[in-house]
Amino acid sequence: MASTRTIALDARAVARTLRRMADEIVELFDGTDDLILVGIQRRGVQLADRLVQMIQEREGVQLPRGALDITLYRDDLQTVGPRPVVGKTHLPWSIDKKRVVIVDDVLYTGRTIRAALDELADFGRPARIALAVLADRGGRELPIHADIVGKRMDVTPGARVDVLVGELDGEDSVILVHPEGA
Amino acid sequence: MSSSADIGKDLLGLEELSAAQIQLLLDTAEPFKEISLRAIKKVPTLRGATIVNLFFEPSTRTRISFEFAEKRLSADTVNVASAGSSVSKGETLVDTARNLEAMKIDMVVVRHASSGAARFLAQRIESNVINAGDGTHEHPTQGLLDMLTLRDHFKRLAGLRVCICGDVLHSRVARSNIWGLQKMGAEVAICGPYSLLPNHVESLGVTVFRRIEEAIEWADALNILRLQLERMQGGYIPSLREYNRVFGVTREKLERAPRDVLIMHPGPMNCGVEIDSDVADGPHSVILDQVTNGVAVRMAVLYLLAGGSPALAEAAKG
Repeated sequence: MASTRTIALDARAVARTLRRMADEIVELFDGTDDLILVGIQRRGVQLADRLVQMIQEREGVQLPRGALDITLYRDDLQTVGPRPVVGKTHLPWSIDKKRVVIVDDVLYTGRTIRAALDELADFGRPARIALAVLADRGGRELPIHADIVGKRMDVTPGARVDVLVGELDGEDSVILVHPEGA
Repeated sequence: MSSSADIGKDLLGLEELSAAQIQLLLDTAEPFKEISLRAIKKVPTLRGATIVNLFFEPSTRTRISFEFAEKRLSADTVNVASAGSSVSKGETLVDTARNLEAMKIDMVVVRHASSGAARFLAQRIESNVINAGDGTHEHPTQGLLDMLTLRDHFKRLAGLRVCICGDVLHSRVARSNIWGLQKMGAEVAICGPYSLLPNHVESLGVTVFRRIEEAIEWADALNILRLQLERMQGGYIPSLREYNRVFGVTREKLERAPRDVLIMHPGPMNCGVEIDSDVADGPHSVILDQVTNGVAVRMAVLYLLAGGSPALAEAAKG
């Protein structure tokens, strides 16, 4: 089926946006002490890597970067099938009393973040958890909000926001996909 | 990302699975390893699911491994052993299972002395059935955990030379390994006394070694089977001491190998019979890694089988 694709952010805009987000993370926490960035599989992990690198360039501090796969915490596992592929979770440090920033590509219903909060609670009790997303497309189904947003987009429910990252997709961009007739 | 592969309602054996399905099971097991390393070793995935472990034969490792896998996925589990249950009063397998199903269960893990028992059950009840060993037929989760351990170590299965040693005749572990490994492109051999090799061994498509020394020279890995002492009433071997001298895997025999040979054993071991304790505890032994991987493999099987029917998937898309 044909669909129209509009570029919301190109590679340079993605880089600029991430740089601003990196600054906002440091600003929000008034420094980098006890900060851990945790990317949500899959593309949140690559975005978290970029943010770690940008914070390193500005602040000279290398923050730890974890990865969280929330598949096993999804609230729709009894109804989806075939089973979603489970990715890797990597959180080898204690997160007790740490300040954790969850990084994801797109914030939509909020269900992924709900699952991520539950999963983090099984790893420990951070002093604070914040959320940074590259794109917030609205359409929340749970009382969840992002602390740091790259780009706010007003997107109709039928449309899709695709975040592409160089490591997996060959290029960086944020694309708005409208199915035919939508 | 592959979401097309599906392993169906039950896991009865590896013979009937495709290479893609085995690949999916092994790949799915990978992320489950990490859960057992957490302080809180539990994810909510199977919350509300009830699983019955129906063991008609004694088992420690497999039953405990399944139970850990079930509990780490938050399922509710019940263990039924034949001794002390209505089975010892003469109730049939299918009646036992139907009665359990009447109490609204979701999955049955079954071990039984008769080959084909798991399939028999799967055709008669609605719950997902997982074969935890049926007679001398298959033990698919053991085959999978052996393959996962081999893949961890060699980073591949294709082209790998694996020799299964010892009592192949009585071994469901051997059959699951042979079928599974061949599908994944490994070369499989067996080695043991004539009396403990199955009839028509050629039909399995494996190389046969008469002497353990030849097997050691050929193989990248040995999977050393337990000599099933409880099944040795038929005069299959002259004596345990002679078996150890001819077919036992000893440090001395391994030292003559041209390369390091990975040592595996599905347990429980008869040390000093099929394997010497210094080999089992030696630097090339991955016997305890097999046990660790067993929990991850079983979590993957439970995850892939439970819930999510194709019909529900269609409904969820709309």
